[in-house]
Amino acid sequence: MEAFTTHTGRAVPLRRSNVDTDQIIPAHWLKKVTRDGFEDGLFEAWRKDPEFVLNRPERQGATVLVAGPDFGTGSSREHAVWALQNYGFKTVISSRFADIFRGNSLKNGLLTVVLEQKIVDALWELTEQDPTAEITVDLEAREVRAEGITAAFELDENSRWRLLNGLDDISITLQNEDDIAAYEAKRPSYKPRTLQV
Amino acid sequence: MGRTLAEKVWDDHVVRRAEGEPDLLFIDLHLLHEVTSPQAFDGLRKSGRQVRRLDLTIATEDHNTPTLDIDKPIADPVSRAQLETLRKNCAEFGVRLHPLGDVEQGVVHVVGPQLGLTQPGMTVVCGDSHTSTHGAFGALAFGIGTSQVEHVLATQTLPLARPKTMAITVEGELPEGVTAKDLILAIIAKIGTGGGQGYILEYRGSAIEKLSMEARMTICNMSIEAGARAGMIAPDETTFEYLKGRVHAPEGEDWDAAVAYWKTLKTDDDAVFDAEVFIDANSLSPFVTWGTNPGQGAPLSANVPDPASYEDASERLAAEKALEYMGLTAGQPLRDIKVDTVFVGSCTNGRIEDLRSAADILRGRKVADGVRMLVVPGSARVGLQAVAEGLDVVFKEAGAEWRHAGCSMCLGMNPDQLAPGERSASTSNRNFEGRQGKGGRTHLVSPQVAAATAVTGHLASPADLSDAPATAGV
Ligand code: SF4
Repeated sequence: MEAFTTHTGRAVPLRRSNVDTDQIIPAHWLKKVTRDGFEDGLFEAWRKDPEFVLNRPERQGATVLVAGPDFGTGSSREHAVWALQNYGFKTVISSRFADIFRGNSLKNGLLTVVLEQKIVDALWELTEQDPTAEITVDLEAREVRAEGITAAFELDENSRWRLLNGLDDISITLQNEDDIAAYEAKRPSYKPRTLQV
Repeated sequence: MGRTLAEKVWDDHVVRRAEGEPDLLFIDLHLLHEVTSPQAFDGLRKSGRQVRRLDLTIATEDHNTPTLDIDKPIADPVSRAQLETLRKNCAEFGVRLHPLGDVEQGVVHVVGPQLGLTQPGMTVVCGDSHTSTHGAFGALAFGIGTSQVEHVLATQTLPLARPKTMAITVEGELPEGVTAKDLILAIIAKIGTGGGQGYILEYRGSAIEKLSMEARMTICNMSIEAGARAGMIAPDETTFEYLKGRVHAPEGEDWDAAVAYWKTLKTDDDAVFDAEVFIDANSLSPFVTWGTNPGQGAPLSANVPDPASYEDASERLAAEKALEYMGLTAGQPLRDIKVDTVFVGSCTNGRIEDLRSAADILRGRKVADGVRMLVVPGSARVGLQAVAEGLDVVFKEAGAEWRHAGCSMCLGMNPDQLAPGERSASTSNRNFEGRQGKGGRTHLVSPQVAAATAVTGHLASPADLSDAPATAGV
């Protein structure tokens, strides 16, 4: 996983609430068996409209998505995170994320930042008026900065440490393999098994 | 202080707990399907890792599988490639797989409980958000992403932060013709699609205790639609009865030990939930959705709401967009909405009880002209049982299509899809834009409402059927 420390980029203001994972990446894209190549599927239905914010020439190369509340609801598909990353987004800001989406994003190094809706509103206004306005998401300082806006955000220490260092969960867990073996040794015999071993 | 059911199950699975770290939880059962596993197996291969516990892992094929001509090669090359990838991965790593055509194949959340693999007090995960279904047994069951699938394959554990708990207490008696589906749709409309976020829901109260296992699975299935990752119901005699004698249920002394443990899995009287919601079962009636998220629902007897009536600006906007997408006008009676297609199936309502209740309504009746009805069992075994009971004949005689098991029209990943603008009454769980096919319009309903709708051609409950006997739809 790529480490995330600080990122500065232009934004895409997405004024929609309840953007579900079927909108982020429609189901037919889920047939791919790789982790890349999902950029064209991102918001596929909406992108048919040339006026859709992502299609606007001034938004090309933007890396910060500023979304409405309840972003990422719906299915557990991690493809939603990969699609955002493949497209070039490094971070998504919203006042509320769906749990699974948030977990997936942090595991893949896509920083999801929760800010109060009134700050999201301010970021929308700023970046709508000035598409060249940049937003900085600073994970070290846990702070979002843009012209006239400075807002602190929360992220638990553990997720932050993993992101800052680009650490992969599996290797961290396997350092505690003794604990897993000890737990396994005392599991009751009535628990079901899928195979005879 | 006492603990809630969720807290008990959680505590029993902590492998490691350390200050400032999420708990590391042991996973008792890992279910796999073709969509969310390929990249996880790839990850294992790249890092030279094995599946740690093959004996706690099982795979089936459901999302991409066709429901017709299942003995022929799969037409869509991409779907075929995904299924072939699962088969190769399972063969290479040694994972038990039930492929298309196998008697245990089916929607992963129907297969686990039916084999008796889902039991009280377990942790169950799957790369699929409707894993919450298994919570009906008093298991802690939740959907995970592909990175977590790889994590569980490699370590049989997951690092997780403990969610809060919410009690959803449903007291009273569901009126005749009102089902678990209506109840969960009403719960979601009440608390909203974000209402359960960050919580494990526990459904409790006298109305829940009276439900069958299948109905409990319908409820827990849609916990995710209320924003919660997991929903649970305390195990009781109904649960034990359902499990007894299933292929993977414990036997003899193991059974006794298991039941003794399962009986401890109740929220203590002095436990405190972080949030509580109360629902009066007696006040409920058949419920349908009119919009494009599962929280946009109303009693069948109501009218399409006027977006202007919402105080919250984002809800108002969402309602406006939904009406536009759904091609509905404010104030239109929900009962007047005509449908083109009726779908009975999915992990929400594709179990035998669901098929029976739809068949009861269709028996001796006909699907309305111009309406297409698909009946898709949740698993091959449910299909076999339905055939043994003659339900397939009832469906066919009524003019419905009887299909093979799979996710089918629940999502647009296999050949069963809505055409743009086509409207369905569907027993599945998501009415998102395009969920059942690009441009398709979905109304979520119970199996009873689905069947009555098929007969009348517009959204209807069994009580609306002109020839309805007094007990129809029970
Ligand atoms: S039936 Fe629908 S909700 Fe259930 S697993 Fe399949 S696609 Fe998902």
